Amino acid sequence: MIDFQQVSKIYPGGQMALEDVNFHLQQGEMAFLTGHSGAGKSTLLKLITVIERATTGRVAINGHDIAKISAKHVPYLRRNIGMIFQSHHLLMDRSVFDNVALPLVIEGFSHGEIRKRVAGALDMVGLYGKERHNPIMLSGGEQQRVGIARAIVNKPPLLLADEPTGNLDPKLSMDILRLFETFNDAGTSVLIATHDLGLIARMKYRTFTLKQGRMLGAQELHHSVHARSAPTNRGEGQ
Amino acid sequence: MSDKAKLTRSKLPISGRIVMFFIRHAQQAMASMGELWRNPVSSVMTMAVLGVSLSLPAALQVLVKNAETITSSWNSAAEISLFIDENRSEQTIQSLLTRIRTYSEVDKVQYIDRNQALEEFQRLSGFGEALAYLDKNPLPAVITVTPTPRYSTPVGARELLTKLEREPEISFGRLDIEWLERLQAVVRLLERTVMAIAALLVLAVVLVIGNTIRLAIMNRRTEIEVMKLVGATESFIQRPFLYTGIWYGVIGGILAWIIINLLVWYLDSALAELLGLYGSQLEMKSLTLLELLQLVGLASFLGWLGSYLSVRQHLRAIEPS
Repeated sequence: MIDFQQVSKIYPGGQMALEDVNFHLQQGEMAFLTGHSGAGKSTLLKLITVIERATTGRVAINGHDIAKISAKHVPYLRRNIGMIFQSHHLLMDRSVFDNVALPLVIEGFSHGEIRKRVAGALDMVGLYGKERHNPIMLSGGEQQRVGIARAIVNKPPLLLADEPTGNLDPKLSMDILRLFETFNDAGTSVLIATHDLGLIARMKYRTFTLKQGRMLGAQELHHSVHARSAPTNRGEGQ
Repeated sequence: MSDKAKLTRSKLPISGRIVMFFIRHAQQAMASMGELWRNPVSSVMTMAVLGVSLSLPAALQVLVKNAETITSSWNSAAEISLFIDENRSEQTIQSLLTRIRTYSEVDKVQYIDRNQALEEFQRLSGFGEALAYLDKNPLPAVITVTPTPRYSTPVGARELLTKLEREPEISFGRLDIEWLERLQAVVRLLERTVMAIAALLVLAVVLVIGNTIRLAIMNRRTEIEVMKLVGATESFIQRPFLYTGIWYGVIGGILAWIIINLLVWYLDSALAELLGLYGSQLEMKSLTLLELLQLVGLASFLGWLGSYLSVRQHLRAIEPS
């Protein structure tokens, strides 16, 4: 699903954010990306969503080299990636419904279809019946779930989450992770960036670790490999 | 999800996308209108500025239009004086008059014989006494020709004069046309001034709308970032701003039209009084329905242009980070 080959990213000003990173996320796999803040987790996610482009190396999604996707086609690529952020990126002056419906409106779905799908997405994240609320009236965990509903509402094949549990207590964090597992069970590839190692330790998924821009060897924790994920380990660093 | 088509294209069938394209356009147009309605304070100010800016060139247009009606009635005042050779008999002159009357370019012909000319000169010049000492009348007979409206323009009248001068009985002709040429030059200058001022004000309208849209874009920065993150295309994001610009133009144009009608109504009685003194019955003309439509059409185009320029420049700059 995601394939990085010898990818480096140098920001203007010379800061080396990623250095010679190789990793591969299988289709239908769920995996974690960890590392201290500043290790390059966010940069890696930005390269996948073409918010930034790699300085050297090849980033491919579904076998397609991102470098070859023109700026004009970037929006269409992003429609296939559900993104979840620590800071939610919700529109606070719009209702929950409008926030979740945004990707569908952009794609031009009919009103009836939008209603149906938004209700379904909100139901999945346990916010059914809160369509008319404003995000500001919701708790942090609920806001995060609105963001998740928005990310999954158009059923993208790939979900990326950047610190989705950053501001939540352990119980809520676990709930959110269980939610990701449900999507993964339905066939969606999921990559979660987090520094919450305690959380990962209890899960059975592959973990990619970044340290100062370099990818350390991927480890399979506890239960070796998730049923759907392949055991190939191409995330070897040094 | 194995081929590129699936990765990059919309999930909707093409027919559905086309229908939704128009529905979205209509919805976004109405949404932009609603947005203006909900933030009346800022939008009313902008609209008022646009209305005033647009009303000035439109008012000048009204002025030129009315000036043209008035000057066109003056144009027919062009007169050609033809001086007859001294030694022609009354009979040849009469036959010349008949010939001139048949000219298609000629509207009216008036003959002043030598005695009448002398009388008129005595009456008007104040040299009456002195003239009595002359043994013979020094003045030639004169034919005054009024051309038809088509030949009343400086060029047309000059053409007619050359033609008349070819008649053998006429020693020379004179066309009192300088004042007419000056008037036309003044009108041309006025028209140019109006064009120049109109161009400046039109530019002002584009800039005002561009700036208003720029502020709107800045205000919705987060929203634009989020839209870009979830896969909105540039054209999708810019559409509401373009519609907002168009609405500004439309409403500004209508405001300008109202202002002009008030202006005309205000000036009409004063003008009627002035013209009444000259025994004229001209009525001040306002803008016709067609001109209203042109005004609003132009204004909405300017609105679109202003917001398009702004959107091009500022929307690109906003990228999620």
